[in-house]
Amino acid sequence: MTTTNLRTSTVETPAIESESAISSIKAFFRTPAAGAFMGFVAVFILFAMFGYSRNFLSVAGVTTWVNFASLIGMIAIPVGFLMIAGELDISTGAVLPASTMTVAIVCEHYQMPVLVGVAAALAIGALIGFINGYIVTHTRVPSFIVTLATLFAVAGITLYLSIFFINNTNSFYHAPDWAKSLFGGKVYGFNSSVFWWGGLIAAFVFFLHYSPKGSWVFALGGDQESARNAGIPVTRMKIALFMLCSISAAFAGVLQVMTFSSATSQANFGLIFNTIIAVVVGGVLLTGGFGTVMGIVFGVLTLSIVTQAIGFTEIDRNLSFLIIGVMLLIAVLLNDTFRHLATSWSTSKKK
Amino acid sequence: MSDKKPVLEFRNVDKSFGHIDVLNDISLKVGEGEVLCLLGDNGAGKSTLIKTLSGVYQPTRGEILMDGQPALFSSPREAQERGIATVHQFGGTYPLMSIGRNFFMGSEPTKGWGPFKYFDRKTATRVAVAEVQKMGITRITDGDRLVGGLSGGERQSLAIARAVYFGARVLILDEPTAALGVKQAAHVLRIINEAKRRGLAVIFITHQVMHAMAVGDHFAVLIRGAIAADFRKGEKTREQIADLMAGGESMASLEASLEGYMETHDGLPPPPAH
Repeated sequence: MTTTNLRTSTVETPAIESESAISSIKAFFRTPAAGAFMGFVAVFILFAMFGYSRNFLSVAGVTTWVNFASLIGMIAIPVGFLMIAGELDISTGAVLPASTMTVAIVCEHYQMPVLVGVAAALAIGALIGFINGYIVTHTRVPSFIVTLATLFAVAGITLYLSIFFINNTNSFYHAPDWAKSLFGGKVYGFNSSVFWWGGLIAAFVFFLHYSPKGSWVFALGGDQESARNAGIPVTRMKIALFMLCSISAAFAGVLQVMTFSSATSQANFGLIFNTIIAVVVGGVLLTGGFGTVMGIVFGVLTLSIVTQAIGFTEIDRNLSFLIIGVMLLIAVLLNDTFRHLATSWSTSKKK
Repeated sequence: MSDKKPVLEFRNVDKSFGHIDVLNDISLKVGEGEVLCLLGDNGAGKSTLIKTLSGVYQPTRGEILMDGQPALFSSPREAQERGIATVHQFGGTYPLMSIGRNFFMGSEPTKGWGPFKYFDRKTATRVAVAEVQKMGITRITDGDRLVGGLSGGERQSLAIARAVYFGARVLILDEPTAALGVKQAAHVLRIINEAKRRGLAVIFITHQVMHAMAVGDHFAVLIRGAIAADFRKGEKTREQIADLMAGGESMASLEASLEGYMETHDGLPPPPAH
């Protein structure tokens, strides 16, 4: 601190730099990520206190919830993009099993190369996303209803085609070694999906907060009519976001089938709740126009600790849903406060 | 009629949706450094006219001329590229985004190359603040502030400054003062004058006669999709214009009778007629 003061008093440029560093920390506490971060820290400390004696901080304890978080997280971030853009996607709960079954049927049953199965799964994700986006943008039906419909439709098709092709609703799949280590391996207990998620977080942060198109996502949720008038291709952008969401869900499916060596055609309804809870706890505004990738990441991590790592603590397992419910409510209430803080803030008073 | 060369001109424009005629034989023109006020009550076809002016709708019949050449805009983007900028009542601004990002929405400045192009925040905030200040809003000094913290008038001014910066030649303002208080409205009117001084052709849509008279050079009154009156500054009084907008009904006598009633009834307005 003292060294900084010394430098600021003598040289002009570092003064601005240190001030911008402080103001960027201050700026962080006005973003929706701040609430999510503080929630994460609070839950982590609480669980570490109650779980110290029961291995919460051990490798097994940490990997349990981080591994879980990685699969939820890579779907939750694009779901968050859609929420920022003023839409909702709940069809992910059917896209993920559809993707796992596709990989299993193509690669295990028909003995095709791994990459063909992966490409097929991602292509199916892209197609479902396109259908979602196309219907939402070309009708006035709310995206909640549209994706609810595709959720059931895709779940039904997955079951039907699984029986049709392999006469079974579940399947085993043993990936070749290179594919297993790339998509479903383990490093010190962490699944490959954790590293994929890390990479995707970097890409998503860049897209939403640094690339020029990131602004467009916020504009869609902020004021769609103005966005159209500003020359933003609203329809194309929305369809692309729905496709990104379904492709991400399909990719999570690919990682899951490689990791656990099995696929199921049962719709994953829990995933829908988990992604939406993570996004809301992560500080994304339900009405759109506001949110951050890092907020969602902390939302996912918090959710994962509470649901997965509770067994490593002395807290009763059955309380995890209660904690989630309370957390969700607090998050929604806090979001308003953060939004208010963000808009009312002004640096002009300081100067 | 106009002493200046018209930048944008409508010649006998009709617009119908199916069998419903919304605009009927509209002829307008607006020149450089001129403010054309379009007055009309609710439902007079103002929004359809704005959307036709800004390229959202295409005329069913009639011609649009820009600089004397026939022009057809197939999309708002195309109209924008030709220099027609529209600022809507509620903004064209996004409350939860920074001033810099708002200013450059849809035309973001970038740095870097290929897929790694990123939004150049520094340039964006610097230019946005400078441009807004040039238009006379000196209260805005920090381009990273969120627009939601600005007043309604400042948001309108930001949107207008944005249009001017991106080379607009025709500025279409859709009820910019409707939702504003007296002081804020005065702010926006000053900005309209500034845009006019810079040689922009301004089309100012409003139903507030006072605001129109404060800045307008040329007035057109729209009733049921047709131009009911077309006159220049100083040719008509406020009362006459209000009467015209109300469709010929004498607003002045209505106001007088209302005041008379209120004087004799302890300041209460008359009960609604059944």
